[in-house]
Amino acid sequence: MTTKAGYEQVLDGSDTNVAQFERRHHTVLERVQHILHNNPTFVPVIVLMLSLVAFWIIAGGRFFSAFNLSLIMQQVSIIGMLAAAQSLIIITAGIDLSVAAIMILMSVIMGNLAVNFGVPPTIAIIVGVIGGMLAGAMNGLLITKIKLPPFITTLGTWSIFFALNLWLSGAQSIRSQDIDEHAPLLKFFGNAINVGGARITFGVILMIVIFVVLWYMLNKTAWGRHVYAIGDDMEAAEMSGIRTERTLVSVYMLAGLVCAVAGWASIGRVGSISPQSFYEGNLQSITAVVIGGISLFGGRGSIMGALFGALIVGVFQSGLRMAGVDVLWQVFAIGWLIIIAVAIDQWIRRVSA
Amino acid sequence: MKKLLTSSVIALTALAGAASADINACLITKTDTNPFFVKMKEGATAAAEANGISLSTFAGKIDGDVESQVAAVETCIASGAKGILITPTDSRALTPVITQARDAGALVIALDTPFEPASVADATFATDNFKAGVLIGEWAAAKLGDEAANAKIAMLDLNASEISVDYLRNNGFLQGFGIDIKDPTDIGDEDDPRIVGNDVTNGNEEGGRTAMENLMQIDPEINVVYTINEPAAAGAYEALKSVGRENDVLIVSVDGGCPGVQNISEGVIGATSMQFPLLMASLGIDAIKTWAETGTKPQNTEGLDFYNTGVELITDEPVDGIPSLTSAEGLEKCWG
Repeated sequence: MTTKAGYEQVLDGSDTNVAQFERRHHTVLERVQHILHNNPTFVPVIVLMLSLVAFWIIAGGRFFSAFNLSLIMQQVSIIGMLAAAQSLIIITAGIDLSVAAIMILMSVIMGNLAVNFGVPPTIAIIVGVIGGMLAGAMNGLLITKIKLPPFITTLGTWSIFFALNLWLSGAQSIRSQDIDEHAPLLKFFGNAINVGGARITFGVILMIVIFVVLWYMLNKTAWGRHVYAIGDDMEAAEMSGIRTERTLVSVYMLAGLVCAVAGWASIGRVGSISPQSFYEGNLQSITAVVIGGISLFGGRGSIMGALFGALIVGVFQSGLRMAGVDVLWQVFAIGWLIIIAVAIDQWIRRVSA
Repeated sequence: MKKLLTSSVIALTALAGAASADINACLITKTDTNPFFVKMKEGATAAAEANGISLSTFAGKIDGDVESQVAAVETCIASGAKGILITPTDSRALTPVITQARDAGALVIALDTPFEPASVADATFATDNFKAGVLIGEWAAAKLGDEAANAKIAMLDLNASEISVDYLRNNGFLQGFGIDIKDPTDIGDEDDPRIVGNDVTNGNEEGGRTAMENLMQIDPEINVVYTINEPAAAGAYEALKSVGRENDVLIVSVDGGCPGVQNISEGVIGATSMQFPLLMASLGIDAIKTWAETGTKPQNTEGLDFYNTGVELITDEPVDGIPSLTSAEGLEKCWG
């Protein structure tokens, strides 16, 4: 041991341990916060379970019957599909106000071609689905090439698509009977299989398939990782070599495609093609996404959350109705759900190591 | 100074009067998407052309869009309209701006939906919506005969705002059916056990289907369905069809749109009360012309606080004592 210089002798009295992280004691709440940070879908799943049990107690056994639970699935199926499309956009830190307008417009195009112009239904559906992708591409290109904010872009295209829908439909519904006669294929997703009291429509199955496929794409492919990276930090994504513009346009096109398919499914769900249905579909889809724990700031949240979010809204509406609660209190309850969901999201974001 | 100002105002007024030989009028509808209002606009436009009136038309974006209607009335005031025809999207909220319009010298006529109170406007040309409800209520009760005492009724209404058209049709139906309606301006305050429940449809197919599904969850044996309009009825029918009950339920509705009348002939809807939007609009334009030329205001139908433009029951299964038209006759008179 070498002799220390005089000025170093003060070190003798100091701690000689190697520097280390302090093993701080975590409170239960902090642990919960941490778990939720890593698994953002836990909250909606827990809320869904709790609300099912709560309404089972409040509204009775009829609420919890297989038929009613399958009915809730049917009632949320279309908004669920829109929420899937919306999730894709919101994960990129964008927002799409035009999802429902694209959906209705494409269902009107399909119906008009097949019922009024005698185009084979298969062709009509293909035209509608391609139309959905083009509508999405329009959103995506305006956002990436002209650099318009997504909110403004889709606020504009919402009105444009809605006006086109009214023009093409003449504001008239296409009647169920006319669809049955000319193009029953349009109602394909209204068919159902009955399993022990439950009535599972093809539309419900389609919704689940859409969620599973999109979940796979987002979590198991390079494209999906790019989408999350863009939502988290656009510049960092760009610098790490992701072709952000091209990816963004592809996201909007895929969302448009999902909306068009939802348009097809909506014909089976509603029975007729009504230009006035689902006017608030865009807001309902955002509601489902937010309640599902997907962060509006982008880059965080699982698309499965949106499915649970849509189901939570459906369970609340069905449960409150069966308990004989007036419609306005349903609206009231959904409002609080949104605020609580975002508050929880903010709390989780503040997680410390 | 004050005198000078007054006289120049008079001069200006005189000038304006001389310059506008043409009569300006406005038509403001709830939306321009509902075929009912599309037809109304057609009727008004045709009548305006025939009378040499220049007509501007406005509409809300959706049912309940008060903002757009207020802005439209303000535009009409600013453009010096002699008369305003309006289907108020909210029977109470528009009162202040309508009063402004009347103060500015415009004749304001409510079409289809009355204001509350009706005296907010100079006149109301409307369907007797209560009567429209009574007709389908009486028809449903007569159709069921003795079974009416055990009926299970679903009420599919418009929306949470409970506007006048909504409660008038709803309560008219119940009274026609023979149910004590309690407060005639309130929906859902009845305690008759035959009513299974009320739900809202937003007046479209999607809402009609969902509402019917919901009420069937409360009581799957519903056998009478009242609907606010025919698109809601079509939606309710789809819900019944999905559980195979479409043939044991009576669906009644109000409107008289052509798709609705066609649904009568195909047995989807049992009976509907037809109203006449074209007539409302053309009468409205005539009234504005008379007002501009002679300063006389239109009179109400006796015993009512509005001018009744008529209502007809359309059904292919007529019952004794209630005059009705067949769907074939209805198709000649329907709108949209």
